[in-house]
Amino acid sequence: MKAFSNLLSDLILTSSRNRKLSLLAEYFSSTPDPDRGYALAALTGSLNFKNIKASFFKELIKEKKDEYLFDLSYDYVGDLAETISLLWDQKKDANMPSLSSLLERLTRSKNEELKSDVIDILDMSTSDQRWAFIKLFTGGLRIGVSSRIVKQALANYGDVDLEQIEKIWHGLQLPYIDLFAWLEKKGPKPKISVYDVFHPMMLAHPLVMEKDLTAANPKDFVAEYKWDGIRVQIVSHSEGCRLYSRTGDEVSKSFPEIIKAIKGNFVLDGELLAGNNAEPKTFNDLQQRLNKKAPSQKFIDTNPCFIKVYDVLFFDGIDLRDKPLSERKKVLNSYFSSNRSPLFLSETIEFETWEFLDKIRDISDNQVHEGVMIKSTPSLYIAGRPRGKWFKWKRNPKNVDAIIMYAQRGHGKRSSFYSDYTFGVFNKERELVPIGKAYSGFTDEELTRLDKFVRTKSVNRFGPVREVEKTLVVEIAFDDVSFSKRHKSGIALRFPRFKRIRWDKPTNEVETLEQIKKSFLE
Amino acid sequence: MISIDNKLYIKDIDTYIDPFFPVERAIITHGHADHARAGHKHVLCTPETSEIMKIRYGEKCANTFQTIKYGHSVKIGKIKVTLFPAAHILGSAQVLLETKKQRIVVTGDYKTTLDRHLDPFEAVPCDLLITEATFGLPIFKFNKPELEIERLLNNISKNKENTFLIGAYSLGKAQRIIWLLREVGFSDDIFIHGSMDKLCDFYHSKGIKLGTLRKATIENKKDFKGKVIVAPPSALKDRWSRRFENITRCYASGWMQVKQRAKQSQIEIPLVISDHSDWNELTNTIKQTGAEKVWITHGREDALKYWCEKNGIEAEPLSLQHRDETNEQ
Repeated sequence: MKAFSNLLSDLILTSSRNRKLSLLAEYFSSTPDPDRGYALAALTGSLNFKNIKASFFKELIKEKKDEYLFDLSYDYVGDLAETISLLWDQKKDANMPSLSSLLERLTRSKNEELKSDVIDILDMSTSDQRWAFIKLFTGGLRIGVSSRIVKQALANYGDVDLEQIEKIWHGLQLPYIDLFAWLEKKGPKPKISVYDVFHPMMLAHPLVMEKDLTAANPKDFVAEYKWDGIRVQIVSHSEGCRLYSRTGDEVSKSFPEIIKAIKGNFVLDGELLAGNNAEPKTFNDLQQRLNKKAPSQKFIDTNPCFIKVYDVLFFDGIDLRDKPLSERKKVLNSYFSSNRSPLFLSETIEFETWEFLDKIRDISDNQVHEGVMIKSTPSLYIAGRPRGKWFKWKRNPKNVDAIIMYAQRGHGKRSSFYSDYTFGVFNKERELVPIGKAYSGFTDEELTRLDKFVRTKSVNRFGPVREVEKTLVVEIAFDDVSFSKRHKSGIALRFPRFKRIRWDKPTNEVETLEQIKKSFLE
Repeated sequence: MISIDNKLYIKDIDTYIDPFFPVERAIITHGHADHARAGHKHVLCTPETSEIMKIRYGEKCANTFQTIKYGHSVKIGKIKVTLFPAAHILGSAQVLLETKKQRIVVTGDYKTTLDRHLDPFEAVPCDLLITEATFGLPIFKFNKPELEIERLLNNISKNKENTFLIGAYSLGKAQRIIWLLREVGFSDDIFIHGSMDKLCDFYHSKGIKLGTLRKATIENKKDFKGKVIVAPPSALKDRWSRRFENITRCYASGWMQVKQRAKQSQIEIPLVISDHSDWNELTNTIKQTGAEKVWITHGREDALKYWCEKNGIEAEPLSLQHRDETNEQ
C-alpha cells in the first residue's frame, strides 16, 4: 500500500505526460503480482466494491468528526478522500499491509465487520496512505491520469502497441496476472472471445473546419447525421445479444424487446433512439427509457426504441476493424438490404461541398439530429479518438442572456474556485427563476474574476452554496431546450455553457422566460 | 471599556491597528504588506518591524516611529499598550491593549509552534481576543517543518540534474526556509531572487545564520544544476523562471497541505511549512487566553466561529478586506 500511495502522490503532482508514463512503468516493474493488478484496476476505474462507496466514508467521518466542520472542510478541499484523510487522526504507527491483502481482507469481511475493519485500516495509516486507500472506493481518482495513459504505460512496459491492449482490455480479469505475464514475455497473449466482451469504440473529434478539412477532398469522406441518442454497441451471437454503452457498461436490461429481436453473429456500432419505425424522437424521450432499469411491457409499448447502425466491427466471425470504412459500409448495406427492425441503417448524406454540409447541420426545424458526422472513407476502426479520421460537426449553439444567481465551488482541480453557476431569467411576475447550471466556457482569467465576484458579492449562504447579488449577466450557449417539470421555470437547457460574460450589461435588458419559450419552443 | 471597532480603530486614543490607508497613528503588528503600509504619521511597532518597513518603503515611510521591545509597554492616554512575540516573522508582535478593567489582545498573524530563529509565542490572557484564522479549518494540521525539508533534500539527492525552485514569500518565509536548510546541515550555496537580497541581509544582521547566498543571475545556466533557488511565489510562473533549465517547482506554504491546491499551481514538491497557526494552534490559543469573546479578522472564519460558539465563546467575524484569502503573508 505504501508503494501505491507514493505512486498516487507522485502522479497527482506530475504534469508531464512522459514523467507520468515512466512513474507508472516503474511501479509495474517493481511491484509484485497481485498488487500491481489491483493498482491497475484502481487506476483504470475497474475496481468495484458493492458495500464500500463514497457514502460509506461520509457516514464514517460524520460519526467521528463534527458534521458541520466536515461540510466546511469538504467544501474547501473539494475531494472527499483528501478531506477525510486530512481530518482523520492517526492512532497507531503507520503499518499498512500490501494493497492486495487489504482488499482481500475487506472482501472477506462480513458486513457487520466492514466498518471496524475500515476504521482499523485508517487508524494505522499516514494521511497520504489514507488518501490513496479511500480513493480506491470513491470512484474517479482525480489525479490527472486517464485510463488511456495507464494503458499506454502498460504498452510501453511490454513494448507492444496500445491498440493490442485496447483490443483485449475488456476481456481481462482482476488481478491481470496473464496480462503482466504476456507483457513480460513470460506467457502468451491473453485469449479473449469476441462475443464475451465490449470492444472499445472509435470516437470523433469536434470539427474545426479551417484546420481539419478545408484542404481535404469531400470525395474522401462520408457524412451521416449525428443522432441525438446514446451510442451503443450490439454484441450478438447464437447464445444471445448484449447492448453496451460507450463506456462499456451493459444496458441490455433496460431494452429487453430489442435484445430479443436481434438475431445474428456480429458486433455493430450505432445510436439508440426513442421512436417508432426509425422516426427518432428527442433525447428527452429516450431519457424516460434510460431511467427505467426494468421496464414493463406496457411502458415499452408506449415508449418504443430502435437503433440506427452506422458501423460494424465483426461480422460472421470476421474482424472488420482492420478494413477501411468503405468496406465496412458495404457489409452493412448488404445486411440491411432486408428489414432488420429494430435495427436500421443510418443513411449517409450525399454531398459534394463542405458548404452544403454546413447548411444541413444547422437545419433546426427537426429536433432529432444535433449536426453531422464526417468520416474518412479509408479509415480503419481504431479504438479511442484517433486524429483526422472521424469528426463531429454540431449545429451552431443557441444563445440566451441570463443572470447569475448562485455559485458553488468546483471539485478536483477547480476545488478552490466558485466555478459552478446557477443562472436564471425573469418570469411573468418579474421573479428571477433558475433555468440552468453551467460549469464551463470561461478562461482561467475569467474564472478568477468570476470567483472574486462571488466572494465579494455574496448575499447569502446555504451550506456550500452562495447566493450572489443579481447583477451579473452572462451569455449562455446551449444545444437545445425542452419543457421540464423538474424546474420551476418549466424549461431545461441541454449542455449549457458560458459564451461571454457581460460585465457591463444591465439586468433589465435580459430576455424574459416567456420570450425564451416563444423563440425556442414554439 | 476600550472602544475598538471592526476596522481595529481605537477611538479613545485615535489609533488604528494595521490600517490599509494612511492615518495619524498606527500600531503595526508586523512588516508584511497587508499589515504594514507606508504613509502613516506616527507608527508604534517593534524595532525590527520599523527596520523592515524602512527597508521596504524607505526611511521616510512614516513621519515618526516609536519602537518598543517585546514585553515592554507604553501608556497612551488611559490605555497601556504592550507588545508580545507572535512568532510569525522577525519582529512580529501581538498587541495587548489594557485598562484596569479590560484586556484586549490583537494577535496579528501568528504561530505557536516553536521556531528557534524567532522569539517564542506567548499566549496572553485577555477578555477579547482578536485573532487571525488563515488556516481555520480542521484539515490544517501542520507537520514538523524538518520533515518537509528532509523530503526536499531526498528529492534533490535523487535528481541532481534538476534545479529546485522554491516559492517562498520574500519576507519571513524565504529566510525561514534557508535557515531550516542550514539547520539540517545543507551547506551548498543557495541562490536567491533579487528581491530578497536586502531582507536576507537584514535577517543576517540579526544573528540568523543563512550561510552563503548568491544572486540567481543568468550568467551560467549550468551553475544551477542540482541547486536550490529561493524566489517569491509569483516568480515561479513568471518569465523570470524561464532562465533555468529542468526546473522542479516547490512551494513552501500551509496551503500546500491540500494536494489539489498544489496540483492547481503546478507544484511538484509541496512543502507544508507555514508561518501561521494551524487549526489546533488556533483553538488552543483561544482556550489558553481565556477570552470570553473572539473576533476573527480574516481567513476561514466560519469554522472557527462555529468552534468558539460550541465551546461557549462568543465569536464574530470582521472579514477585514484586503487580506486576500489566497495570500498567506
